[in-house]
Amino acid sequence: MGTTIGIFIAAGLTLCIYSFLYKDNPFYKFAEHLFVGVAAGYTIATAWHQTVVRQIWHPVVTEGKFTLLIPTAIGMLMFSRFIPKYRWLIRWALAFTIGVGAGASIPLSMHSFIFKQTEATLQPFSGIGNLQFTAIINSVIIALGLLCTLIYFFFSVEHKGAVGVASKVGIFFLMVSFGAAFGYTVMARISLLIGRIYFLLHDWLHIAR
Amino acid sequence: MKILDKLATLDRRYIFLMVALTVIVPLLFPIGMPITVTKEVQTVYDYIEKLPPGSTIMLAMDYDPAALAELYPMNLAVLRHAYSRDIKVIGMTLWITGATLGNLVMREAAEGIAQEGEDYVYLGFVTGAASVIMGMGEDISAVYPTDYGGRPLSEVPAMKGIKNYKDIDLLIDLAAGATPESWIAYAGSKYGQTIAVGCTAVSAVGYYPFLNSNQIIGLIGGMKGAAEYEKLIEARGTATAGMDSQSIAHILIIVLIIVANISYFAVRKKTTV
Amino acid sequence: MIIQFFVPHPPFTNMYEELLNWVRIIGIFALIIGLSSLIKLHYTRIARKTRDLPYSIIVFVGMAVMAAVGLIKGIEGAWFEWLFKNIQVPMQATMFSLLAFFIASAAYRAFRARTLEATLMLVTAVIVMFARVPIGEFLWQRMPDSAVQLWANPPGDISDWILKVPSMAARRGILLGISLGAIATSLKIILGIERSYMGAGE
Repeated sequence: MGTTIGIFIAAGLTLCIYSFLYKDNPFYKFAEHLFVGVAAGYTIATAWHQTVVRQIWHPVVTEGKFTLLIPTAIGMLMFSRFIPKYRWLIRWALAFTIGVGAGASIPLSMHSFIFKQTEATLQPFSGIGNLQFTAIINSVIIALGLLCTLIYFFFSVEHKGAVGVASKVGIFFLMVSFGAAFGYTVMARISLLIGRIYFLLHDWLHIAR
Repeated sequence: MKILDKLATLDRRYIFLMVALTVIVPLLFPIGMPITVTKEVQTVYDYIEKLPPGSTIMLAMDYDPAALAELYPMNLAVLRHAYSRDIKVIGMTLWITGATLGNLVMREAAEGIAQEGEDYVYLGFVTGAASVIMGMGEDISAVYPTDYGGRPLSEVPAMKGIKNYKDIDLLIDLAAGATPESWIAYAGSKYGQTIAVGCTAVSAVGYYPFLNSNQIIGLIGGMKGAAEYEKLIEARGTATAGMDSQSIAHILIIVLIIVANISYFAVRKKTTV
Repeated sequence: MIIQFFVPHPPFTNMYEELLNWVRIIGIFALIIGLSSLIKLHYTRIARKTRDLPYSIIVFVGMAVMAAVGLIKGIEGAWFEWLFKNIQVPMQATMFSLLAFFIASAAYRAFRARTLEATLMLVTAVIVMFARVPIGEFLWQRMPDSAVQLWANPPGDISDWILKVPSMAARRGILLGISLGAIATSLKIILGIERSYMGAGE
């Protein structure tokens, strides 16, 4: 019974939101604001159980890890933003978090996104004699595309002459990439719609296979 | 020419109606177009298929209900595949809005074939993203002292012998955002973890460089990728059911773009003349 | 954090694990701050008795019910899951599914082959949209046998090549550019040159 009522409520709210396609109306506004409230309530409950209780309360109270009170205190400095006179205290929390993030990301980003990507571009050329003709062509196109795209984004030199030509080639590669991205974006958005329509037709009305 | 003028100023609600019909009709009257499995999805399937029973995979379910249609079928298919091969699954999420969703999908996939605690464990959500990924490289129980339900990990049979990434045979990140890049950088680069990615179609194009550099072993992109995986595990699900609608809707969009360009150039030519 | 990458031994590894734990705990409070902005916005609307007052009340009612059920009965409880599955999930999924209509409308109104670059983008988009779904191969299989035998699946092969060669090359270029920028910004933050994240100048 609960499942049936739930499905009817879900279907009703779905149709309330779809009513926006005709024009903005109170049903849509009701559903939109209800969603915002429920999502916030969900975050409160989940954050409490999954993070506050599990990461702070239990370790401190049950396991006696009192050192965790230090980051708790630093984290609570974030609430200083509500008191104008002490707003500057939030910088300590931000500085700590951003410092750790920045320090961790430098070597790993360099390794994953620069070294490994450059290696993958150049690696086919090390054994080029063993590659098929199509693989050689593809490797050359990839290397050329990468170089021209990077030249396009290099604004310290005026895009004239050879640099201008390379930049133009880079734009063509970018346009191919954006076209592919657009095609996939259409696919993604249509998929989301299919999901909801399938729910309405299959789970609610039982008329789809 | 009048038709072209009218087309140039078509009320968008007619377009909405056309889109809705192209999705609804194939769901009611399926065509049954065959689905071809791409190499990047096949690789993920083959990797899990070759894992011996008793292996462990980690599934990062980094998505929320907004990406449900694309990632939930993919999630179910991968879980069912793992459970049917007696592979243990450790589920977790970096998205707070996905915490309950992860629990629901693991339970739904396990119905009749897997036991919570024995065959799978769901760790839930912890703040930090990058710090969570890096922390699990040293000790998973330091990041997640308990599972989603509050049970200490030391008491969960599925976590026996699992300390960090060295004990995980494959990590699959099902992502609606940019979390795969964090997994690749922090788990892949630093700890050498084998990673596969399942993502929304919007993000799929951006992960081909990582596929090319072998930083990920495979890529399941969007609802089409989910349908391919469903085909491989021979279990028709919502992704497969939606493929006909996907195809017809794409044809509609292509026709709309072509018609719009024809009317645009015809109207422009008329005004120039 | 940089030192432990190059020296993965105690005491740096111990310090590394502890720092990560501290960052995770501080992150909890960032989550709470995010919620406070939302509460403040709707509270202001109620206090000022604006036109949207009834809707702001709905926000608080929804928040209170969901939070109360979750906090009291637990997030693993049936009630919380029921509310999540039947209220939050359908609404969030539906909100984003509206984009399907808008992308079709936007494509119809704005996607014009005005320049060579735009035409290239349009042609690529059409190829990917046609070939990456079953209909591409489905229609090709209905061509004469001689064509199918010559080339089994040209839509799939062409779209595959587009994604794995030219598109991938451009994406790699974008990735390299973004990564270099991110590393430069991280270095500037560490060296104290970049302080905008702290609201420097206030």
